[in-house]
Amino acid sequence: MQIDQSLAELSDLLIYGAMTTLTAGMVAFSVALAKGRQLEPISNSENRSIEISHQLKMGATTTLETPSVTTSNAEGAGRRAGNIGMAVMWLSTILIGGALVLRGLSANRLPWGNMYEFSIAAGFSITAAYCALSLKRDLRWLGLFITIPVLLALGLAITVLYTESAPLVPALRSYWLAIHVTTAIVCIGAFTVGALLSSLYLIAEKSEDRIKASTTATKLDQLAKRLPNADRLDLMAYRIHAFMFPLWTFSVIAGAIWAEAAWGRYWGWDPKETWAFITWVIYAAYLHARATAGWRGRRAAYIAIAGFLAIIFNYFVVNTVIQGLHSYSGLN
Amino acid sequence: MRTALILLFLLALASVPGSLFPQRGTSPLRVSQYLRDHPDAGPILDRLYLFDVFASPWFGAIYLLLFISLAGCVIPRVGVHWQELRSLPPQAPTNLNRLPAYQQWVVSDQKQDVLLKAELSWRKSGWRIRTGPDWISAERGYARETGNLIFHLALLIVLVAVGFGGATGYKGTVIVREGAGFANNVTQYDTFAPGRNFNPEELSPFAFELTDFSAEYQRGGMQNGASRMFQADFDLVRTPNSPVEKVELQVNKPLRVSGSSVYLVGHGYSPEFTIKNEAGEIVWQDAAVFLPQDGAFTSTGVVKIPDTVPQLGIQGFFLPTLSADFSTGPRSEFPAADRPAVYLSAWLGDLGLDNGIPQSVYKLDTTNMKRIGIEELIPGQTWELPENQGTLEFTGYKEWASFSITQDHGKGWALVASMLAIFGLTLSLLVPRRRAWLRVSETSEGATLCEVAGLAKTEAPGLTSEIEKLALSLK
Ligand code: HEM
Repeated sequence: MQIDQSLAELSDLLIYGAMTTLTAGMVAFSVALAKGRQLEPISNSENRSIEISHQLKMGATTTLETPSVTTSNAEGAGRRAGNIGMAVMWLSTILIGGALVLRGLSANRLPWGNMYEFSIAAGFSITAAYCALSLKRDLRWLGLFITIPVLLALGLAITVLYTESAPLVPALRSYWLAIHVTTAIVCIGAFTVGALLSSLYLIAEKSEDRIKASTTATKLDQLAKRLPNADRLDLMAYRIHAFMFPLWTFSVIAGAIWAEAAWGRYWGWDPKETWAFITWVIYAAYLHARATAGWRGRRAAYIAIAGFLAIIFNYFVVNTVIQGLHSYSGLN
Repeated sequence: MRTALILLFLLALASVPGSLFPQRGTSPLRVSQYLRDHPDAGPILDRLYLFDVFASPWFGAIYLLLFISLAGCVIPRVGVHWQELRSLPPQAPTNLNRLPAYQQWVVSDQKQDVLLKAELSWRKSGWRIRTGPDWISAERGYARETGNLIFHLALLIVLVAVGFGGATGYKGTVIVREGAGFANNVTQYDTFAPGRNFNPEELSPFAFELTDFSAEYQRGGMQNGASRMFQADFDLVRTPNSPVEKVELQVNKPLRVSGSSVYLVGHGYSPEFTIKNEAGEIVWQDAAVFLPQDGAFTSTGVVKIPDTVPQLGIQGFFLPTLSADFSTGPRSEFPAADRPAVYLSAWLGDLGLDNGIPQSVYKLDTTNMKRIGIEELIPGQTWELPENQGTLEFTGYKEWASFSITQDHGKGWALVASMLAIFGLTLSLLVPRRRAWLRVSETSEGATLCEVAGLAKTEAPGLTSEIEKLALSLK
């Protein structure tokens, strides 16, 4: 099998391009967050209804209108920055997608056969999911938090994990690889977003508590003001996890079918499989927690984040360090 | 639910050491190495089953408890759900306006007409309907609970299938050289691990001969030497009386023979030697299996000749592509046999075969032996062994392939049950379960006041829009 080096090099260039645009996106989204209007009043609903009834009684009061005039300039700037950010996210998605396609064409195979390609593909699935979801609702508040993990993934890929374009080793040549890895990439992308939402939920929830208790506001409260309220964040996180859990289950089973075809056993508790199992159990625990009194909300969010950390551990530590730990004996 | 949650946590936690410590089930060599490297901590860890985590009593206890609690929680719910599936939704509450997604409007139609219209159109869109004098109760999404029960029961089936397959099956490995054969029979395996209830009579009576093994490697570039293809060609006889079939076996393409599966898992080289004694008589002529030690197939192995007096042992390296750089010892620099060479040492003394302790066929016990010489040979070269021990000719090499052969009667069931689990899970997580009500009452002007409200029994989006749709169908 011949490798087309020029396509592979073009693919690398597109990754550098995407990193540039993502950095621009990060700046734009930061401005949008700093200057943007509050998405929804996060003061608790009691206050809100008092405000509204106050407004109703007094008619449209000038005291309420004046500040909204002064903020509208900054608001406009924030909105423009958010729009720029969105455009840049679309561009980045196209660049990363293009890099994947070229990489695949250069070796004439699916472009996810090693950690480099896997990271790029996961980055793509995150930005693509973000762009697709943003078609239906305003997600500019989330943009900054999306650019960070994607930049990290691409940065690690191009520096530490970089691998030349090459044909696959025989063990990876199976259509179950295509199915297993593709679904895993999609799930990892979605679980990243899920973990982000759960983290933002924790921030928003703490901030709402502080506002209720009228303790002094912190920097995080400034951030929380720009986010949807805690309940909505929680619900969004839940929907992503609930939607992805069946797919993750399928991905693990597809991996088992592949292992059966390649190694003669469908489950062998090797570290990689063990951590896939741990991740699966943690997410099952998350779904249970959502249905258990006293565990919804904050504790459930911590479980979701733990599930994501297990994925990251499986990807970075099990793939590299655990093997290394054992290879000290030279018996690898 | 709290019990399930805590047991799930414990299960995740208990699996962690299984990935941090080497496990006997997957890497027994690493375990013994670990025990040798940690003489103090090793035995303690061993007693805590940290090298057999997934077969340990504590791991077993957790998953057994989990599945008992699963059965205890799910089986009663099957009955409850069965009743629910056959009964009608509960009556409409009196005050709908306290419920979420509440709507009201006034129409000029008669009460009964509105009710009838609602019943027909709601039924058509999949709601189960109960009618009252001036209300309708509707419910949908029963599939959510059905799916949930299917999922949890399927997990139980998976567990049973895995246990059954493990107990009645076996796993064996065997190394076969080109030109040699294998008949499926316990004695022919190099390693054989039967399940507790395995019946040796069940071994399917196939046999094969490895006619050719071929491999291709990446040449040049960062992944120089990476394996690109390997394939074993063999002549297969499925049962003693069936005709010979030509079969190609590759990684990811196992051979299925009446309940058994044969997998190509590894390969290596077997240098061929002809060893003659001082009198010129052949004392040994065969291909010896050498085991690869690195990605470039630097391979090590031994030849033991117990019939000479004193006994002769040969130990050494087979190097498919002899490296020019000898500073780190004999080494191959590429996995393909481009420049094959062997690098051997000859030992004289007592091989230690007679003391009853089983010995590895890949290692020479040199405690009672002395080395008489070392030599590097390429194919066709002959070495005059020192101390008049005769000659050793390196005639060439063959390749060998290693096979893993398994039988698992449970795996089909496990697969079906896991597919069922995914199906149930998808229903359980994606089907919304909700109730809706319609109440009609006469206004003072003789028109009809319609009130509609809904209730989501589970977290699923879109209650409001669904209730709006229901209302719209009546307006
Ligand atoms: C092998 C372990 C288990 C796994 C992987 C598992 C997984 C799941 C999943 C993914 C859900 C869906 C959650 C949802 O509908 O939101 C669920 C729901 C549920 N599970 Fe389990 N489960 C396990 C064991 C158990 C056990 C032992 C019990 C009983 C104590 C149990 C009781 C329930 C109940 C009652 C629900 C329904 C919750 C609801 O309707 O929201 N599960 N389980």
